[in-house]
Amino acid sequence: MRFVFKTSYEQDVRLFRDGVTAMWYGLLAVVMLLLPSLLSSYYVGEITWVFIYGICGVSLMVLVGYTGLLSLGHAAFLGIGAYAHAYFLQHGVPWVASIALAILITTASGIVVGLPALRMTGIYLAIATLAFAVIIQEVFTRWEAVTKGFAGMAVEKPVIFGIHFNDAATFYYLCAAILALTLWMTRNLLRSPTGRAWIAIRDSEIAARSMGVNLAVYKSIAFAYSAALMGLAGALFAHKIAYLAPDIFTILLSIQLLLLVIVGGLGSLHGAVFGAIFVALLPPTIAILRDSIPATLSDVASTTGIGLVGAVGKAIGDFLKKPGVEAGFFGLILVLVILLEPLGMYGRWMKIKLFFSTFPMYKRHTFTRQKSYMKSERLR
Amino acid sequence: MTFFQADNLIINFGGIRAVDDVSFAVSKGEVFTIIGPNGAGKTTIFNLVSRIYEPTVGRLVFEDRDITKVPPHRIAALGIARTFQNIELFEHATLLENLLLARHVHKKSTFFGELLFLPAVRQMEVEHREAVERMIDFLNLQEYRDALIVNLPYGVRKVTELARALCTGPKLLLLDEPSSGLNVEETEDMAFWIEDIKNLLGITVLMVEHDMNLVSAVSDRVLALNYGRPIATGTPDEIKSHPEVVRAYLGG
Repeated sequence: MRFVFKTSYEQDVRLFRDGVTAMWYGLLAVVMLLLPSLLSSYYVGEITWVFIYGICGVSLMVLVGYTGLLSLGHAAFLGIGAYAHAYFLQHGVPWVASIALAILITTASGIVVGLPALRMTGIYLAIATLAFAVIIQEVFTRWEAVTKGFAGMAVEKPVIFGIHFNDAATFYYLCAAILALTLWMTRNLLRSPTGRAWIAIRDSEIAARSMGVNLAVYKSIAFAYSAALMGLAGALFAHKIAYLAPDIFTILLSIQLLLLVIVGGLGSLHGAVFGAIFVALLPPTIAILRDSIPATLSDVASTTGIGLVGAVGKAIGDFLKKPGVEAGFFGLILVLVILLEPLGMYGRWMKIKLFFSTFPMYKRHTFTRQKSYMKSERLR
Repeated sequence: MTFFQADNLIINFGGIRAVDDVSFAVSKGEVFTIIGPNGAGKTTIFNLVSRIYEPTVGRLVFEDRDITKVPPHRIAALGIARTFQNIELFEHATLLENLLLARHVHKKSTFFGELLFLPAVRQMEVEHREAVERMIDFLNLQEYRDALIVNLPYGVRKVTELARALCTGPKLLLLDEPSSGLNVEETEDMAFWIEDIKNLLGITVLMVEHDMNLVSAVSDRVLALNYGRPIATGTPDEIKSHPEVVRAYLGG
C-alpha cells in the first residue's frame, strides 16, 4: 500500500495525485503514441472509435453522472454536430472554423433543450430529450437542402492548416489529442466551483440552492457543455464514418451512449473512457470471435478426431452470425452490470487495484456500503 | 439598525394556515430559539426565511434590506446560511467537496477560466481550501476530510452540515434542530459549538430546537409557537415558567 503524504493544499488541486500517478498516465500516453506503428490499420481504426466514443462518454458523464440529469436524446446532438460540420466543409469553410461553428450550433441547441430541464427531472426529462431526438432525426431526413436526406452526405477527410489527415494513423492521433483535451478541460471544470455545483445539484437541489448555487444557470451550463462536447464528437464521427445518413442517429444510438456511461461507471471520467472501450470494441470482438471460434475448434476437431468439438464450434459461429446478437450482448451486459457491479467498470477497476495494493490483506467488504437508513424528505 | 426582522408572516398550504401572523426580531450577536410542539410551523418559518417558501403575507428584513422577494440562491450571498432538519448533504461527494461547495458564493472565477484552470483559479481554490480548513479545525472534522458522506455516521454528518453552513461565511446562521438524532454527549458538544459560534465567530444564530436543556444552555431569547401562532417570547427561564407554554408544549 502506498501512502501519499500531503504537505500543501496545492497538492489536492493538482491534475494528478502524485508523481507516480503522473508517471502511469505518461506511460499510457507513450503506449497510445506507439500503437499505430505496432498494429494494422484495421485495429488502429477500431481504437479511433474508442476515442470518439470517449468524447461522447465524457459529454454524457457530465450531464448524467455529475449533474444527475438524464438524457435519452444525445444522438441528436451527435448528429447535429456531424451534419453541421459536414455541411460547412462542403461549402468550403476551413476545418477549424467549421468545427467551431458545429460546436456553436450544438451548444445553442443544448441550451434550448436544457430549458425544460430547469423544471423537469428524472423520467420526465428523459422523455422530453427523447422527443427532441425523434424530432431532430426527422429533420435530418426531411431537410434535404442541407442534409440530402436518405441520399446521404459524403464527408471530406480533415485538412487542418494544410496538413492532411487521410490515413488511419494520422486520424487516430487527431482523435486521441482531442479526447485528451476534452478530458483535461472537463477535469478542470470538475475541480472548480462549476463541477462542485453540478455534483451538488445531483445530490440535493435544495441544499445546493441554499448554498447559493443558481440551479437554472448551472443546469444550463451542464446542458450546453455536454452538447458542445457531443458536437465535437459528432464532427469527428462524421469524418470517421465518411458518409452521413439520418438512420445513423437513432434512439438506439442514444441508448447505446447512455449504456456507455452506466457500464463505465457513473460519476467518474475514467468510467466514460472505460465505457467507450466497451462500446467501441464489443462489435469487432464479436466479429473476430465469429470467425476464429469455429476455425479454432474445427482445427481441434481435426487434430483430436472428436467431431463434436467441430460441431460445437460451428454452432457458436452460426449463433454469432445471427442478426441482433450484438444488441443482445449489449443488453445482457447492461443487466449484469446493474445487478452485479452498480459502480460499473471503473468500480471493478478500483477493486482490482485495491486488491493488489493491499495484497494479501484485501477485504471484500471495503466496498460494501451501509444502507442509507434515513432518506430525507425532499421539499420538492 | 434592524439586523433581522420578520413582520406578520402568514403562509397557507391549501386550507391550512401553517404560520399565522408571526413577527419576531433577532438582534445581532444573540442566539434566538423557536420552540413548539410538532407541526407548530417552526421549520416552515425557516423555509420562509431561506426563501424556499413564498409567504402569503408578510415581510422579511435583513440588515435593513427587504429580502421578501430575493431569490433563494441569493440568500447565502447576503450572509444567511442554514442547516436542515433531515440532513441534506451531497452524499456521493467527500466531506471536503461538501465544504468547498459552501464557498460557492465567494467564487471569483469565470467558466472559461475554470475550463483552462488558469493560475488565478488555482490560487482561488487554495484560498477556499484554507477557509474550509479553518472550519474543519474549528469543528474537529480532520479525520473525515476525504471520506464520502454516505460512509459517515449520523453524528458526523450533522456536524458536517454545521461546518458547511459556516463555510459560506454567514452573519446569520439558521440551525434546524441541531441536536435531533444526537446522543447526550454529542448534544453537549453541539451546545459548546453554538456558544463558540456566537462568541468566537461573532455569528448570530436563529435556531429551532426541541431539547430544552440545549435551549436553556445556549439561547438568549426564546419564541414559543403553537399551531402557527406565537404564544410567548422571552428568556429561557421566562418561557419555561410561562403557563401557556407549559400547557401547550412543556407539560407538567
